[in-house]
Amino acid sequence: MILDSKIPGGALEEKWEKHKFNIKLVNPANKRKYDIIVVGTGLAGASAAASLAELGYNIKAFCFQDSPRRAHSIAAQGGINAAKNYQNDGDSIFRLFYDTIKGGDYRSREANVHRLAEVSVNIIDQCVAQGVPFAREYGGLLDNRSFGGAQVSRTFYARGQTGQQLLLGAYSALSRQIANGKVEMHSRTEMLDLVMVDGKARGIVTRNLITGKIESHSAHAVILATGGYGNVFYLSTNAMGSNATAAWRAHKKGAFFANPCYTQIHPTCIPVSGDHQSKLTLMSESLRNDGRVWVPKEGRKGLTASEAVAIPEEERDYYLETKYPSFGNLVPRDVASRNAKYVCDEGRGVGATGLAVFLDFADAIKRDGKDVISAKYGNLFDMYKQITGDNPYEVPMMIYPAVHYTMGGLWVDYNLMTSIPGLYALGECNFSDHGANRLGASALMQGLADGYFVIPYTIGDYLAQTPYDKIPTDHEAFKAAEENVKSINRKLLSIKGEKTVDEFHKELGHVMWDYCGMSRNAEGLKKAKEEIKKIREEYWQNVKVIGANEELNMSLEKASRVADFLELGELMVDDALHRSESCGGHFREESQTEEGEAKRKDNEFSYVAAWEYKGTDNESELNKEALQFENVKLTQRSYK
Amino acid sequence: MSWFSKTLNSTIGRKIFMSLTGIFLILFLTVHVAGNLQLLIPDGGKAFNIYAHTMGTNPFIQVVSKLNFAFIIVHIIWSILLTRQNMAARGVGYAASSGASSKWNSRNMGALGTVILIFLIVHLRKFWYVFKFGEVPTTTIDGAEVPNYFLVVNEAYSYWYYVVFYVVCLIVIAGHLNHGFQSAFQTLGLNHKKYTPFIKAVGALYSIIVPLLFALIPVMMFLRNL
Amino acid sequence: MNLTLKIWRQQDANTKGEMKTYEVSDISPDMSFLEMLDVLNEILSKKGEDPVHFDHDCREGICGMCSMVINGRPHGPKQAITTCQLHMRSFKDGDTILIEPWRATAFPVVKDLVVDRGAFDRIIQAGGYISVNTGGTPDANEIPIPKKVADEAFDSATCIGCGACVAACKNASAMLFVSAKVSQLALLPQGHVERKTRVEKMVAQMDEEGFGACTNTGACSAECPKEISLENIARLNREYVGARLSSENI
Repeated sequence: MILDSKIPGGALEEKWEKHKFNIKLVNPANKRKYDIIVVGTGLAGASAAASLAELGYNIKAFCFQDSPRRAHSIAAQGGINAAKNYQNDGDSIFRLFYDTIKGGDYRSREANVHRLAEVSVNIIDQCVAQGVPFAREYGGLLDNRSFGGAQVSRTFYARGQTGQQLLLGAYSALSRQIANGKVEMHSRTEMLDLVMVDGKARGIVTRNLITGKIESHSAHAVILATGGYGNVFYLSTNAMGSNATAAWRAHKKGAFFANPCYTQIHPTCIPVSGDHQSKLTLMSESLRNDGRVWVPKEGRKGLTASEAVAIPEEERDYYLETKYPSFGNLVPRDVASRNAKYVCDEGRGVGATGLAVFLDFADAIKRDGKDVISAKYGNLFDMYKQITGDNPYEVPMMIYPAVHYTMGGLWVDYNLMTSIPGLYALGECNFSDHGANRLGASALMQGLADGYFVIPYTIGDYLAQTPYDKIPTDHEAFKAAEENVKSINRKLLSIKGEKTVDEFHKELGHVMWDYCGMSRNAEGLKKAKEEIKKIREEYWQNVKVIGANEELNMSLEKASRVADFLELGELMVDDALHRSESCGGHFREESQTEEGEAKRKDNEFSYVAAWEYKGTDNESELNKEALQFENVKLTQRSYK
Repeated sequence: MSWFSKTLNSTIGRKIFMSLTGIFLILFLTVHVAGNLQLLIPDGGKAFNIYAHTMGTNPFIQVVSKLNFAFIIVHIIWSILLTRQNMAARGVGYAASSGASSKWNSRNMGALGTVILIFLIVHLRKFWYVFKFGEVPTTTIDGAEVPNYFLVVNEAYSYWYYVVFYVVCLIVIAGHLNHGFQSAFQTLGLNHKKYTPFIKAVGALYSIIVPLLFALIPVMMFLRNL
Repeated sequence: MNLTLKIWRQQDANTKGEMKTYEVSDISPDMSFLEMLDVLNEILSKKGEDPVHFDHDCREGICGMCSMVINGRPHGPKQAITTCQLHMRSFKDGDTILIEPWRATAFPVVKDLVVDRGAFDRIIQAGGYISVNTGGTPDANEIPIPKKVADEAFDSATCIGCGACVAACKNASAMLFVSAKVSQLALLPQGHVERKTRVEKMVAQMDEEGFGACTNTGACSAECPKEISLENIARLNREYVGARLSSENI
């Protein structure tokens, strides 16, 4: 199949403007004749639902949490980028575009990224109008800070809770439309299947998580804004409930899944403390500005932070400073993560599990004084102490990389429509803007750009060509999808095996982390594929799911999500295996420079890998969308 | 319902009733303690009797006194309304309760208030009712014959159990005032970075000093009568 | 560590619940409180018993989903954190821990420790927003806002809507929650246009949901994981009375 990305022609900076003019519009009076389903109420979903309802469409919104305000967008700390150039430091739409393309290691579409940079400025205006309390300077104007991968200060922030404040802004807009009666909100409701009629997305099947009732919802278009799939790894910085089920089940109905192997691993997370660990907590990357990363030269497993204080300088290996003298501790996320893995693989990791490195502030405190360090990082130090019991003012912190974000996702065209007509994917759920690596403070920008400023235009183009007729939910396609969902749940409940869902999920997580994590090779990936298949087979024979469908049953919810992770995990491995280059978050050991750095193969792999589902037991089919670079020059990164 | 009754019936409206009547009662207590301290002047009750006589006959004071009763009743009725609303809002209670996050008196204003109500009934029966409707011996001050209220009070405070009852009740009143004073301002929304610490300090002092002065009266009179 | 847990079990909203006792052993002090409950749930699942249902999601103290009253205190014995941030090193070996759901008529129990906090959403829907449509907004720097005001609005805006204030209040009052949102939008100039109508509608909805009255005990603020200040409640009272007296809404 040929993938048509529908990128408009013309000069880069005119594409979006022209496209907005060329696409079809729905007359204001006719908008109320169309129903749109929005699944997920994070930044992308809530902003889309609210904006489309304001235009006059009838919206049904869904989230699995008890309230739309809980979506995991809320956890983003750092900030949101926008090319406002308020700091007069040379920022521009083109610079934000360029930084994002380069940061993504040249694996994203120029046109999409440029549009993202263009609308970034509107996002800030919108959020301020909604009452989002961004940080301000004494003169009353907005403050900015700098962030990784950029040489200008373009990041707007609200202390360490930018995601929360932006989400509450979108949630308030959504709440207003719920009160207006334009959005029908279904919380604690999970989408379990996509319904297609005549090859188009026409509705979804959901499970009411409190009563267990399987219900059908019909619409003229369906928008998925269901976030990323980092929880395939079991341990990640994602929320416990974050899952890929909606996206994956849409994939099984024909939506292509693009670049599933692109996962971002964040270097500064609090290490795993034992088998009981349920999730990982991110510590802001800014810590590396003053902290020095080290491990002992001789491996000493079980070394505690308080013992480390006594280790003399000559026995310490500040490996990032030695290996990358010019960037030192400030190398990009993927480089820092990978090197932490290497030293731990050599047996030099510290802490009870041997999977941690030190991040030491002793020198910074000696140099700047405790007060200065406390002013910069006080809340992070407190959080660290709360979780680990160690005091970072006195002993070094321990950190280790953790899965944080997934750049891959459902393939979408320039209009954010997937390969299924009438099905759209927004935010982290799609693959579109970050290429092989996402820059800090860009996730919030993309989610809100898609929801506030892209989908309200592009969905009209599709709806204008769709008849008003509604499809009743007793249509056979709905009945079939309902039966499919019911049979999956029945099956899961009837196995009554020996192992719990979490045990399987942990096994999958270990395989993914070991073979499809920070550093990948063909041999390992092939092994992972076999292992995942085995786990999946055993899952359907031996999983133990407690209770019934007709009640609040978190064990069943988890079981159905893990069933999908077990399939998605294999596709990630397939994708990682086929992409025998290193790029961004995807590092293939076979493709590295002499210094051991990532090496892209632009001649072979300058494309989007969009996978088509062919049945669980069959290999997925690879479709390629070639990437054209007309405005940037492809270069290899170097941090020596 | 009109906008006015809707407002008064809202949770905040009800609280404002409590607050305003509470502030009035605080003012009343101030006047009351100032007047009653005259009982301690060693003049055989002359000053107190003049004061009490004036209070009992001045038409303005009579109006204020009626208002005072009305406010006490409103304060009680609204507290019952609010307590019922609050109990219904909790529904099922906790198996474990911890008082770590608030002060005991702030959580038990209703219980303290109930004790104060009992005290009020006893207090009014013993003095106000007797002054108003009972037989009060008379005395002559500057040639005029006036009721000798001092004698009634002096007699009552010669019994130790009355004194103990009063002192205990005044401690309860102190607890009620200690929370009520600053709470009344908070409910009215009178909160300011500069003035709130001052209000809180005044409230804390008030809740100690006024009940203490009140308590001094029965204690001193009892001691003098020994 | 070995612990005795007494946990509220309730099959659904219409069934009577009761406290049930469980023993857990080999609990590491490094575990979070929720991870300790995960351990219990794995044991229960293995035995074929229904695991203890509780709300949780981000497990980093920001989503506001987790909601447990631990030994009589919402989010447990430590201040300024949520249940998911509470670690077992705050307890001693051999402790008995009582775990109950938020208790409020407006937050009916759904199952075990899970409650329905839809009342909070409905209060926001009543007016906890600024009515601006997407697009057509002025430049973000058009209205300068003094840093002090912006910071104060931010402090109010940090509310995560967990409901600990209601759970902690002896009257199950939602005033801290409502006042935080009212304050944020009353402080910012963008919020002034709808200032009066907003507070009137939000308070009316709060009353309709059946929350109690604020008696200024301060328990809400003391138990709030984001330390939302009582000043917000004073501001709410002020805003409400001012609005009722001066607005033209009958």
